Amino acid sequence: MMDFLMNFPFITIVLSLFSAVVAFAFKGSRARFVTYFLLLAGAVMSCFVLAYNLSSETGYFVYRMGHYDAPIGNEISAGLLEPFFVLIFEVVMLLSVLGGKRRIFSDIPEEKQKLFYVMINLCHAALAALCYTNDIFTAYVFVEICTIASCSLLMASDKGKSLIAATRYMIFSLIGSGFLLIGIILIYSITGHLLFTNLYEAITLLWRDGSYNFPLTVAIGLIVSGLCVKSGLFPFHFWMPDTYGTATPAASAILSGVISKGYIFLLFKIIFRVIGFDVFLATGVQNILFVFGILGMVVGSVSAIRTKNIKFMIAFSSAAQIGYIYMGLGLGTRTALVASLFQIISHSLTKSMLFISAGGLCDAAGGKQDFASLRSCAHKNKVAGAVFLAGALSMVGVPIFAGFIPKLLFAASAFEGGAKMFFVLIALAVSTMLNVMYFMRTALTVYYPLGAENGAQAKTRACASFAVCTIVFIALNIAVGLNSQPISSLLEKGIELFMNVR
Amino acid sequence: MMKNKFSEKFSAWLSGEVDLTEKIAEEKRTEAPSRISKKEEAEETKIIRSLEKKEIKLSFKEYKVLSVVFCVILIGILTATVYFLPTFASSDVPAVNEVYEHYVAQGRDETGAVNTVAGMILDYRAFDTLGESFVLFTATCAVLILMDDKHKKPKKEMHETVNYSRDPIVKSMAAILIPLILVFGAYILVNGHLSPGGGFSGGAILGAGFILYAMVYGDEQALKVLSERKIKVVTICSLSFYCLAKSYSFFTGNEFNGVHSVISAGTPGDILSGGLIMPLNIAVGLVVCCTMYSFYMLFKRGRMN
Repeated sequence: MMDFLMNFPFITIVLSLFSAVVAFAFKGSRARFVTYFLLLAGAVMSCFVLAYNLSSETGYFVYRMGHYDAPIGNEISAGLLEPFFVLIFEVVMLLSVLGGKRRIFSDIPEEKQKLFYVMINLCHAALAALCYTNDIFTAYVFVEICTIASCSLLMASDKGKSLIAATRYMIFSLIGSGFLLIGIILIYSITGHLLFTNLYEAITLLWRDGSYNFPLTVAIGLIVSGLCVKSGLFPFHFWMPDTYGTATPAASAILSGVISKGYIFLLFKIIFRVIGFDVFLATGVQNILFVFGILGMVVGSVSAIRTKNIKFMIAFSSAAQIGYIYMGLGLGTRTALVASLFQIISHSLTKSMLFISAGGLCDAAGGKQDFASLRSCAHKNKVAGAVFLAGALSMVGVPIFAGFIPKLLFAASAFEGGAKMFFVLIALAVSTMLNVMYFMRTALTVYYPLGAENGAQAKTRACASFAVCTIVFIALNIAVGLNSQPISSLLEKGIELFMNVR
Repeated sequence: MMKNKFSEKFSAWLSGEVDLTEKIAEEKRTEAPSRISKKEEAEETKIIRSLEKKEIKLSFKEYKVLSVVFCVILIGILTATVYFLPTFASSDVPAVNEVYEHYVAQGRDETGAVNTVAGMILDYRAFDTLGESFVLFTATCAVLILMDDKHKKPKKEMHETVNYSRDPIVKSMAAILIPLILVFGAYILVNGHLSPGGGFSGGAILGAGFILYAMVYGDEQALKVLSERKIKVVTICSLSFYCLAKSYSFFTGNEFNGVHSVISAGTPGDILSGGLIMPLNIAVGLVVCCTMYSFYMLFKRGRMN
């Protein structure tokens, strides 16, 4: 009976594809109930899969997609990390969609709202597949779906600017897809395999043999750089401000909090389960990631200080936070990897909260996004102000919030990193200082005392779903921050599984 | 003096009045109090503008040079990689392994499809093809989000557009060709598991037939035959069928579920063989056909009705 739970990853993927079709068939914005149901059901199923894997002996299973065994057919796999991250993504998506509901109604023309929800279902399907996949070509197919669907989330708002932003995002994203595809083709033409397990064996053997090391290195570099471009690592982060600034808050929250993280999770899975961590370290790609991660941390924060648009600021801060993740990957020690994964979780929770609350603040300021008009708007929308403050505290890395733990872990891991220790510590210090600078400025601006000139305006009432969702966001954030020990031990076990169990 | 200026600047930054990304605008603002005649001011803005233009031009030049350098480096690396790749079509390279042998030796008996490619994409690796058909669905929805604007009036036909329906040659040729094309498309769809072709190619042929119909007889006439509603229904039904059918075979494919598939491969070569391959080919073909046709309609008219 318990074995039935092994069907859940496959049911999650197919159910979300199916519910996209069902939502498409519905009239009007009733499609959104399908989305809510799907995300809830998905979250429940991920919980079950996680519980099943925690209680089972190996903590890992492979599910056949069809009637044929591994190298012939297709399969998906679930260890500890996969269901856990799918769960996080589902919760963040659900909260973003519910919290940004009113803005979805006002930003997106009525006849397109249905399609917006269809796209969210497709994004969810793609993310679940990216996490659970055990086949590199399946991963590429769902990367495609994810790319198109996330562009559509941006296009849905009825503004000329959002079209330009979506085009820009699409160009970056397609360059990333192109690199990824060329990398996959190269790997396939060398090894003749597509499944992770067989690819890993073939690559390990060939690397030891040494005859194809150059094309293998290029293929690994292309795959890694493709996914880096798609997730917005430092020199490729320039689509972020436009994209996140013009889209509806729910779309920005999902894009920054979930979709770019989905690509990073896929990158982790490919590095551990396809390339093998030893081969990855031997190629030296991790040093490049390390350098760009640190540059991203500093440059992103400096750009965030320079801009005067609140959403651009949050977007640039996203670029900086993604830099942390890649820095951890570049360090390559066990603690640093746990810190990177933790950073994915805490950033996903925090950034979507910031985007949703910034949407509320901008509403209170009459739809404007620059700091001058945002002055003292937190008094008009108290919930949004409080949530933004909590998000800012978490981003800066104040204890009890989720953002504190990865920074602590990064600092701890720096001491295992040898020569890189110095750079990590300095980058952490500088980046945290810069974080404090721009978040403090925003907090001071939005909590500016109500004066005579701006106190006359009526308070805007936050709608109920917004208030509830943002409060759940804060609660989750604090819960993750306080219960860091079980989560990081779960992540560590997950990495162990990724590295050793095939 | 310097400190004072810094603190002023800092308080301006803090209150969000200054945007450091817009340097030129800021300089203009600080210069405003100095009294200069309007003419001079206009000239100054002209100079600033031309400077701005020069800067943009320069950055465009840099951009061009950098992109060319980047592309050349990338081309160099990829060419070098191709040189180091295993020799194509030689038998002693690592890519020739048990997967390839299995597909060639047992594909026909296991899947029941004479066309090994159909057996691979719709049976061995059907999950990928499920994803691919949803890529098409996603693309259709994306174009609908982009184009389908019900508030806008339909565009008037442009004068340069050739009206083929008045041309006797085109019209009579199309009357002969369109049925042939549609029948050929259907043949490729249904025979996908026996002969080269299958869902994607057959669907493309069907879609091309309908597009030709729309070009020759006009959009209105075409939309009467194949309306938005029909396209929606066909797409939704095909995709739902694909989801359900494949869910069944994924579910029965794992022994621990205790259910065995009742679908058999049949005798390879028969028209009714290959298990789910033929119905799936038809479903994929219909999705491809509807996608192509609705792309044509949406990009031509801006809407579907």
